[in-house]
Amino acid sequence: MSGAIDWLLLAEFSLVGLLSGGVLALIALGFVLVYKGTRVINFALGEFMMVGAYLFWTANVFLALPWWAALALTLAGVAALGALVERFVLRPLAGQPVISIVMATIGLGAVLHGLAEAVWGGANLSLPELLPRKPLLLGEILLPGQVLWSFALAVALIAAFTAYFRWSKDGVSMRAAASDPVTAYAMGIDVRRTQRLTWMFAGVTGAVAGIIVASMTSLSPSLGTVALGVLAVVILGGLDSIAGAIVAGLIVGLLESLTVAFVGGQARDLVPYLVVLVILMVRPYGLFGTRDIERL
Amino acid sequence: MHILEAEGLTLRFGGIRALADVAVAVPKGGITAIIGPNGAGKTSLFNAISGFYRPERGTLRFDGADITRVPAHARAALGLARTFQNVSLFRGMTVLDNIKLGGHNRLRAGALGALWYLGRAAAEEARLRAEIEREVIDFLEIDHIRDLPIDALAYGLQKRVELARALAMQPKVLMLDEPVAGMNREETEDMARFILDVQEERGITVMLVEHDMGLVMDISSHVVVLNFGQVIASGTPAEVRRNPAVIAAYLGERAARRRVA
Amino acid sequence: MRIGDFHASYRHDEALFDTRAQRVWLGLLLAALAAFPFVGGSYLTYLACLLGIHLIAAAGLNVMTGYTGLISLGHAAFMGVGCYAVAVAERAGIPFFLALPLAGAASAAIGLVVGIPSLRIKGLYFAVATLAAQFVLGFVFREWESVTGGVRGANVPAASLFGFELAGDRRVYFLIAPLAVLMLLGARNLFRTRVGRAFIAIRDRDISAEVLGISLFRYKLAAFAIGSFYAGVAGGLWGYFFRVATPELFGLPLSVFYLAAIIVGGLGSILGTILGATFMTLIPEFLRALVGWAEAFGLEQAGVYLAPLRQVVFGLLIVGFLVFEPHGLAEMWRRTRRFFHLWPFRT
Repeated sequence: MSGAIDWLLLAEFSLVGLLSGGVLALIALGFVLVYKGTRVINFALGEFMMVGAYLFWTANVFLALPWWAALALTLAGVAALGALVERFVLRPLAGQPVISIVMATIGLGAVLHGLAEAVWGGANLSLPELLPRKPLLLGEILLPGQVLWSFALAVALIAAFTAYFRWSKDGVSMRAAASDPVTAYAMGIDVRRTQRLTWMFAGVTGAVAGIIVASMTSLSPSLGTVALGVLAVVILGGLDSIAGAIVAGLIVGLLESLTVAFVGGQARDLVPYLVVLVILMVRPYGLFGTRDIERL
Repeated sequence: MHILEAEGLTLRFGGIRALADVAVAVPKGGITAIIGPNGAGKTSLFNAISGFYRPERGTLRFDGADITRVPAHARAALGLARTFQNVSLFRGMTVLDNIKLGGHNRLRAGALGALWYLGRAAAEEARLRAEIEREVIDFLEIDHIRDLPIDALAYGLQKRVELARALAMQPKVLMLDEPVAGMNREETEDMARFILDVQEERGITVMLVEHDMGLVMDISSHVVVLNFGQVIASGTPAEVRRNPAVIAAYLGERAARRRVA
Repeated sequence: MRIGDFHASYRHDEALFDTRAQRVWLGLLLAALAAFPFVGGSYLTYLACLLGIHLIAAAGLNVMTGYTGLISLGHAAFMGVGCYAVAVAERAGIPFFLALPLAGAASAAIGLVVGIPSLRIKGLYFAVATLAAQFVLGFVFREWESVTGGVRGANVPAASLFGFELAGDRRVYFLIAPLAVLMLLGARNLFRTRVGRAFIAIRDRDISAEVLGISLFRYKLAAFAIGSFYAGVAGGLWGYFFRVATPELFGLPLSVFYLAAIIVGGLGSILGTILGATFMTLIPEFLRALVGWAEAFGLEQAGVYLAPLRQVVFGLLIVGFLVFEPHGLAEMWRRTRRFFHLWPFRT
């Protein structure tokens, strides 16, 4: 590229980037859900994604079940996993310092990663193409079908979760339990149940995101690494804001796509981390964050 | 002579005004009590003085210097010590190490010296230890617990250790946030004795926030009353006790009228 | 059985090795360390060298994470900086006794670049910044080929002193072991002084620390600098020991390994660092032996499972210790000792 910017290329990669940011926003939502619900940062979300994708592969490819049955089985599986994790890892750690809880989720991630590699092997597997490939032509800009559909799916899911959180009885209880567990408990909310639900939902969002990512690329135990980058950016947007999560996902998608276009593919995975480091240098309180006033 | 003067302090959280144009002058060498109903802004005032809250307006002068823009840790170095309403000791350390932290600013060892622990680092640690034993641990009668972890202590003792840590700073002004809250009669009397000793024997100016009116009226030389973030009265305990505005704030308007009538 | 010991002065009370028995033990330990490579055989010497490196790195991480409460997910990358720094320094003809401190300094300097902005805010920003540093540094290791040799890595020559090459495990041992002892002692000393106390104060309750006149920023930075310095030196030793620096050595799994070591051993404890690093050095060896037996008994595929098995075990150790023994092996050790201290007169 000498001199002039190729505007068409820029527009195309920007659009594709924003659209592929939808899945990243879904991943971001997984972090935000757990943080809002239980004040835990789930470093194992990437592994939830990976496990979900493997379960789906097993049901859909290995056992040759139809996709809807495979999906139902997968979601049941990851929801159970989420509930187990809540019961046997997070609940015993309630009241421990943040650092212990964060590290427990890191440990959990290592366990899941190792287990997946032991069960399914380290090699790349491929999922069948679930999303239509038929591209959309916008003038001279070509939008790949998979990206488009994954975006639509992510948007639908995010909207559903947001609505659920805002209006359903469980959603309201979850928010109440998150902001003040003791009071919520006193008001008759079963806090343990809401926390279990939170983790089950986290598993479900993770699995769906994992299946989408795996069907668009390929499936390996390190599928979940992408989540860490999303987490980095989510933290900048604010861990308790769904809007922040969506923006974070879109930004990462956009920047990754532009990096691929103008710098090169090998730098792609680096983007979220560079963004984080640069933003921390320039705006140490995050993009939307304010200095929190502490009650002493 | 005033060692600490606040003028026009205004502090807001969102829409709520925690302090409104507060002026307080703390006479040197005395015991000044800040009282007022719950939510009157007493602890906010303390937090503004120790530098956790940055007031949006107003000035703070300490020992003749303007400290309005000085960060919290540097105010400590100037001679401002405090305790917290909920005991705020370091749970991962013994009583002795907690108290030693009070001497932090008077030691000089840097990270490199500390790694070798030779020469100055070792010598100054030994000096600090001797000084703490002499001036703080003996004084507050806590020598039997010096090697215990904080969690092993009863609440009253924890408060005493927190006082010990503040004293180890050798401060000019000691700010105590509810020093006897949750204590029984005997513990309260012990604490009152310690506070008086600190003021009389060491010449340290004491500021305290306290709800125990008996204690406040007994030991303080000067009382400031806050309500809704404003100073509504100040003076000697006897003057404040008779002030109708104070009675109104504590008991309500009607009671105040009856009392005055 | 020891009845009790009485300290006649405050200085005596503050001493590290205060009883005669402890000093005798210390002397014996040092003698044993000196004799070890001649008695222990080549495999044990190799393990001892590896342990020495792990000890230094874990001590650095414990200063940062265990004592000061700053979670670092990029410790391995900072080791990597040290390792490459040694490779570059040796290329420039700098002898090892200068190259190692330089490795530490380089690592600390890069740590400061990452640390300064993220330490201005509380909590998890720091963890995320270190995670970012882990990936960004890994990328630099891979892509900056003129310096790092890219994915093929860079060779590190043997450390040499006046023409005497410290090649081979036994010789390197005498570089690693004394440094490990010194640096552990240094870390222990740190917590006898105001600097170490300030670290713990920040971890336990940063607000009260500030009220005592501790500048949070300065001390967090100091903790991070010390931690990365230790990582850098450990990385440099890694270079002199394995004689090669490659990017995948210093990835996230190694960072998690060190986190596991200090959790298993005991956060905020030097004894815990020693126990944890030892335990975690031995675990992979044990697993390898296990897989070896499995293969010998006819499970030919067992070797494939070594890497995932290791990961599962590390993860389970982290979670298990956090849930069941949050103060780690150090606490188990203390309990055992208390039991035997008065045994058999009290149980």
